[in-house]
Amino acid sequence: MAAVDGVGLRVPTGSVFGFLGPNGSGKTTTIRMLLGLISPTAGTWSLLGREMPAAAEAALPRVGALVEGPAFYPWLSGRDNLARFDAAGPDGQRATRTARIDGALARVGLTAAAHKRYRAYSLGMRQRLGLASALLRPRDLLILDEPTNGMDPQGTREIRNLIRDLASDGTTIFLSSHLLSEIEQVCTHAAVMAQGRLLAQGTLADLRAAGEARVRVGVDDPTRAADILGRLGLRDVAVLDGQVSARLDAGGPVGAARCCRALVEGGVEVSSLATVRPSLEDLFVALTGEGFDVAR
Amino acid sequence: MWRAELHHLFRRTVVRVQLIVLFLVPVLLAVAVKLSGGPSSGQGPSFLDQVSHNGVFAALAGLTVCIPFFLPLTVAVIAGDSIAGEASLGTLRYLLTRPAGRVRLLVVKALTVVVYSVAAAVAVAVGGLAAGAALFPVGPVVGLSGTSFSLADGIGRTLLAAVIVGASLLGLAAIGMFVSTLINSPVGAMVITAGLVVAALVVDSVPQLAFAHPWLFSHDWLAFGDLLRSPVTWGGIRRDLLLQLGYVVVFGAAAWARFTTRDVLA
Repeated sequence: MAAVDGVGLRVPTGSVFGFLGPNGSGKTTTIRMLLGLISPTAGTWSLLGREMPAAAEAALPRVGALVEGPAFYPWLSGRDNLARFDAAGPDGQRATRTARIDGALARVGLTAAAHKRYRAYSLGMRQRLGLASALLRPRDLLILDEPTNGMDPQGTREIRNLIRDLASDGTTIFLSSHLLSEIEQVCTHAAVMAQGRLLAQGTLADLRAAGEARVRVGVDDPTRAADILGRLGLRDVAVLDGQVSARLDAGGPVGAARCCRALVEGGVEVSSLATVRPSLEDLFVALTGEGFDVAR
Repeated sequence: MWRAELHHLFRRTVVRVQLIVLFLVPVLLAVAVKLSGGPSSGQGPSFLDQVSHNGVFAALAGLTVCIPFFLPLTVAVIAGDSIAGEASLGTLRYLLTRPAGRVRLLVVKALTVVVYSVAAAVAVAVGGLAAGAALFPVGPVVGLSGTSFSLADGIGRTLLAAVIVGASLLGLAAIGMFVSTLINSPVGAMVITAGLVVAALVVDSVPQLAFAHPWLFSHDWLAFGDLLRSPVTWGGIRRDLLLQLGYVVVFGAAAWARFTTRDVLA
């Protein structure tokens, strides 16, 4: 049985690409394949426009990665850990190493703990060091697998700002996460995986447009309001917590304004009215199902 | 990258402790000989009975004591940890995406294991020379064939013996590295490799298995003693080193085949 199958991901240059999926859906397996850590049984892929895995030596130096959590040597300090990885591959010029390490540590807010042993780091600090390692050299692409895992709210916020900064410098960012709000806040594009298959991908706007908007009104008499909206020809009329909502067909004859007028003319007091786009969460649940249990 | 890897290896506490203990083994031997007045001729491990006459022999006695198990054990630890240790920490995935290159990483790890093996044997020799010089008279060395060498010559031969001992551990080191590419548990790799040392020693001590003896990586581990003959008989040493080379080629190739194709899931 294949862990992932038929994943036709296209990550546009310069995008902040959110990679979504429930636990066990194959996100990390896909990332490991992208980076050449595991080989697919069939299929091809390219990284920064180069055929992989043949071009790994040429492409990977331009890629910063945080895969399945940080991993460092517990007996070394944060700074020594970064130096060790910097020395282990191409483009790690010794002359600039100290300055680059200082810069990366400052960028993730770890300067004060740079000399502590990694063993003594908290989960959030470890995550920050992993990010620092990914930022040690100029990158065209950052692959970040759940970068804010274990971080406090301030840390999460800083990382979000960091991602925005990096993206505005032109770095393509591939962000795997199950925190939908996070993806919604920073990403321009997204893809959704479940059970090893890619279910949808595109710009965030396109993905959202796939789900239809709803009109939601707060009224004094929900039953009557629901009746009026139903007679207008709206589908999926629902009453919840004294509010009435119904689906608005895109480009259909009935808009929010028309609903409002019909309600007022029908003698219903309207206290609030809103057009609601489906959230990424609604979309995610629609694509991957409601179930709480891991797929396999 | 190689220099960084060497630095990385020798700064580890566990490696330093191993080297210090290896250094102390001949020191303890020398102290024991000093306190007991030395075993009478013909008893104890070879060279030990001569320590009280000439301190240089403390180094050779130390090598003789350490080569059957202690030196191979430390080499098994380092070789077994080489790849499996990185895998178990998860650092292997970051080294490979750095990208360190699978072949380059394997070669660099192998070279550091070579350096460690030689350093371990040299640590024993240096410990022996230091303790021997401190506790006993040193002077021209009387070799195994009765002729004597100058002190400088004797020390030179002792250090050469240490290098040969280090080299004769490389067959085992290659096996250890291959095992290390197979599993993600460094302790498991160390135990398997150390177990193979015991197995080789057992097989070597069973006369009925004599046909296998010349092919055991441990069979000619004591050949370095031939350096103290005049003239030196190189046959045993040459056979030993050739056998080690054979093991390095076979298990090095196996490690390469495994490591360059395996999926890194750790």
